[in-house]
Amino acid sequence: METEVKDQLVSIEKPQLIAPPNWEPVIMGILCNWCSYAGSDLTGTSRIQYPPNIRIIRVPCSSRVDPWFLIKSLQTTADGVLVSGCHPGDCHYISGNYYARRRFLVTKKLLNFVGFHEDRIQFSWVSAAEGPKFAKVVNKVTEDIKKLGPLHLYKKENFEK
Amino acid sequence: MARVGVFVCFCGANIADYVDVPQVVEEVKRIREVKFATEYKYMCSDPGQGMIRDAIVQHKLTSIVVAACSPRMHEKTFRKALSDAGMNPYLLEVANIREHSSWVHQKDKKAATSKAMDLCRMAVAKSIANEQLHEISVPVTKRALVIGGGIAGIQAALDIADARIPVVLVERSPSIGGKMAQLDETFPTLDCAQCILTPKMVDVASHPYIELIPYSEVIELQGFVGNYKVKIRKKASYVNFKTCTGCGACWQKCPVKVPNEYNMGIDKRKAIYTPFPQAVPNKPVIDAEHCTMLLKGKCGICAKVCEKGSIDYTMQDEIIEREIGAVVVATGYDMWDPAPYEEYGVGRFKDIITSLEFERMVSANGPTNGVPVRPSDGKVPKNVVFIKCVGSRDEAKGIEYCSKICCMYTTKHTILLHHKVHDSHAYVFYMDIRAAGKGYEEFVKKAQVDTGTTYLRGRVSKIYRKGDKLMVRGEDAQIGQVVEVEADLVVLATAVSAPKDNPELARMLGISYDKYGYLSEAHPKLRPVETAKAGIFLAGCTQAPKDIPETVSQASACAAKVCGLFAGDTMKKDPMVSTISNEYCSGCQNCVKVCPYGAIVTDEVPIGYGSKELRTVAKINEGVCQGCGSCVAICRSTAITLAGFTDPQIINEIVSI
Repeated sequence: METEVKDQLVSIEKPQLIAPPNWEPVIMGILCNWCSYAGSDLTGTSRIQYPPNIRIIRVPCSSRVDPWFLIKSLQTTADGVLVSGCHPGDCHYISGNYYARRRFLVTKKLLNFVGFHEDRIQFSWVSAAEGPKFAKVVNKVTEDIKKLGPLHLYKKENFEK
Repeated sequence: MARVGVFVCFCGANIADYVDVPQVVEEVKRIREVKFATEYKYMCSDPGQGMIRDAIVQHKLTSIVVAACSPRMHEKTFRKALSDAGMNPYLLEVANIREHSSWVHQKDKKAATSKAMDLCRMAVAKSIANEQLHEISVPVTKRALVIGGGIAGIQAALDIADARIPVVLVERSPSIGGKMAQLDETFPTLDCAQCILTPKMVDVASHPYIELIPYSEVIELQGFVGNYKVKIRKKASYVNFKTCTGCGACWQKCPVKVPNEYNMGIDKRKAIYTPFPQAVPNKPVIDAEHCTMLLKGKCGICAKVCEKGSIDYTMQDEIIEREIGAVVVATGYDMWDPAPYEEYGVGRFKDIITSLEFERMVSANGPTNGVPVRPSDGKVPKNVVFIKCVGSRDEAKGIEYCSKICCMYTTKHTILLHHKVHDSHAYVFYMDIRAAGKGYEEFVKKAQVDTGTTYLRGRVSKIYRKGDKLMVRGEDAQIGQVVEVEADLVVLATAVSAPKDNPELARMLGISYDKYGYLSEAHPKLRPVETAKAGIFLAGCTQAPKDIPETVSQASACAAKVCGLFAGDTMKKDPMVSTISNEYCSGCQNCVKVCPYGAIVTDEVPIGYGSKELRTVAKINEGVCQGCGSCVAICRSTAITLAGFTDPQIINEIVSI
């Protein structure tokens, strides 16, 4: 079973797989409470429009993000993951975002190694004041993932039934 | 099985216009665990909260999801509604369908609705894994530390001490008083700064609730709000303050002369000195960098003349430790060094001085007995040019911000000049006159009329020497021409800059600072005196340039915050902190390394029940933990749980879409 899943995941990244019509990716956004989540709230209060593909999860700090969350997201529901924290030096918890950055780079390498395109998971710094930047980041991530195509064709179908 | 209640809010039209709320409710009802779902126009209103309370009782709900605005907005409101219904408030989850859906997908109702459904599903899934949490009570040490003994620190210390809370006031220099003690008169009332400040300084020294530790620096702060431990390095003064009477025989006889910092180096002080006559405490200290006895072992005159035998050349720095509950940081500001203004001839021409040097000269207790003189030849100047915004509002050479006080103190200086030298004439080169404040504009207007000062709007491009005069060339933008003014003395209104040690101090205290070095407040509008670290507050110019009334207001605000913090015997703390399970902990101690607060320590536990053999595990102090979750993600054996953001909660969210 495990090898089967892995083969499927690797093969999915091959370009011949065609997305169904009207396919929209699902992106998991894991945001830190103090900067990026507040920034995404500001995007809302400023009524800046962005694609509706992102589903946001709130965590206290980007350093709370376990690589497991990224892997689980790609494995089950999401076609891409965005992790966002405070700008370097601005972490509400002093140094959490530095740990997050290192952990994220390693996770990215690992996922790349097992066959995921590197744009499947992305990292950004969005401060509580950067409403427009959050919209820009979501736009970019959504476009990137749309180009890469779906990760869960079979999964989605199972869901429909 | 969990019984979840879901409450979807219209938020008037804010959500309902862009999300099909009834459809969301129908969809949510299909989830197995959801036993009750409804919609309402304003969930946050009293009837809305009433619906939640009633449903909890009626449907025996075990967790609640409110789909409305951001949890940063109304989480507390809804938690309270849960409490009122006798339910644990932490069984609440908020699905943010306003900021994250209706407001940002206004053109696509279908997509916004489907996203709102997903957000509700995620919140329901998370809430199923929610656990009952209880606020943590932390004991409080009711003693405050004030760092800095300028007017901000003095005011904060007095206000806190008047509430009968003990205060430790640490001042770096030998006397409290700060920059205000160097001022002659203060705008806009021309009150003598010494006259209004020195009584407060004396109050500090004699207050039964204030422990004044002068000539000392804070070197370490450990712990957390209500329970800090501070280490203070008391610099060796080489004078026994207990026996010293402050008679002054020592500094009168001392043969070593050193530039006097209090008078901006215009005159000399001795190597054993009190900074100024009204110093508090009025005890001399020996400047170890200049005392020949300490440097070369020769002299010892002060010890000979001291009748009390208070001089002790063998004195060492001393480390003092205190337990405190809150900190007020009031480290003030530095005057910006105008050296980059080479075209003004700063450093080359002696008769260019800074405002604080001018202030010392016109001060009654100053080095020139209150009369401004030219540093080059000691003559009294007739034509004085004041240049404003030297360093301020200058991205190229100085700093971008407005220093806020220069317009007012320059106006004051024109008046003081007029008072001291009746036949003088002042010229002021300015960019704008910013006189926002009670009585400030009136003060400027009156000064302009009374002193007959010539105000020239424009920047100075060059200053050069002509005979013994200085020629100031600048633009008068109002007539659009270059003007030249012959000056006897040029006074630069230099900018206010952050104390250069602020970054180091901020790192030591664990608070943040901005790109200029000013310490950062928790919120620029609504939490201007708190820092992001609980229990640490900011007063005065260490946060941003401000004048004396503002500084005093902020200091009093800090005092109110400290008193509020100390109002009870214990403090309530958010229960969303990490805990470690000893059974799973392998003792690798990675968590100890990543914890930014030093909340994790190691502990020894028996390897098995009743065993005498011990093994190392990590232990979290829940009073110190701030709940960032760094330790949870780094833990290899998943022994750590962060309440409120547990792995099951987050994984439930991920898989539930």
